[in-house]
Amino acid sequence: MSNVALLPYADFLGIRIEGERDGAPLLVMPFSEGLLNLQGGIHGGAISGLLEIAATAAIDATLEEGEDPRSVFKPITVTVDFMRPGLPKDVYACGQVVRVGGRIANVAVCAWQDDPDRAIASAHMNLAITPPTEK
Amino acid sequence: MGAAGLTYAFLMPPGFDPAELLAQHKTGHIVALGLRFVANGDDWCEFALDYDRRLVSDANSGILASGPIVSLMDTAGGFAVWAKRGGFKPQATLDLRLDYLRPSRPGHAVTGRAECYRLTRRIAFVRGLAHDGDPADPIAHLTATYMVLKDEA
Repeated sequence: MSNVALLPYADFLGIRIEGERDGAPLLVMPFSEGLLNLQGGIHGGAISGLLEIAATAAIDATLEEGEDPRSVFKPITVTVDFMRPGLPKDVYACGQVVRVGGRIANVAVCAWQDDPDRAIASAHMNLAITPPTEK
Repeated sequence: MGAAGLTYAFLMPPGFDPAELLAQHKTGHIVALGLRFVANGDDWCEFALDYDRRLVSDANSGILASGPIVSLMDTAGGFAVWAKRGGFKPQATLDLRLDYLRPSRPGHAVTGRAECYRLTRRIAFVRGLAHDGDPADPIAHLTATYMVLKDEA
């Protein structure tokens, strides 16, 4: 997991790498008031942000030892399903790389709170991979 | 107010005032991101997200991450549904899809407008666009549904 670096936006949400799960980084977004929506739950956008960060971290984790980081991803499509309300407590997420090609990566991501088997949201993302030198 | 004005007031959904609702909240994700309410109608709402370096996906490019734009569009969509329902009533995002048509330009504020184009007893259907200055050249397209929940109040 030495290749995995999180985005500035991840710091804004307070997200950190908690460990590893099935070979992919396990991320946690600790609860804070700044994540709440107007109805007292975790904002869907903050959950989506966590899912996006877990997705890119999962792609970075597929790098071989010594390979240059390809940490520049441009999302093409993001589709999020919300299964349960986000309660005011920590949220966990872990991505599963479906396919990483030369240009496009397809990742499935899940978020949960107490029980990994009871997802609160899931997403699939198609991202364009841009080499760090090519902006 | 004349007769025509009274008729118009009768047709308008009663009592949803986004500015008033937002003024009641000093914390939360909308405040943390600095989302600004711009305008609304009886089935749409518009918010803006000012450029903020803390929200970028890559420090070198300065391009905003996807998440803040999802938050902007989910918020605009939720408010569009409240506008259509005529009040701040319980609801929850069921799903949303965002297509990124092009990257937003660093330094530019992003404006997101969403419209609730169909409301049933259980589901609200929403579509929207985000742009960074020119509405004719959007950066993202939203499709979302919201679960309409019973008002327990």
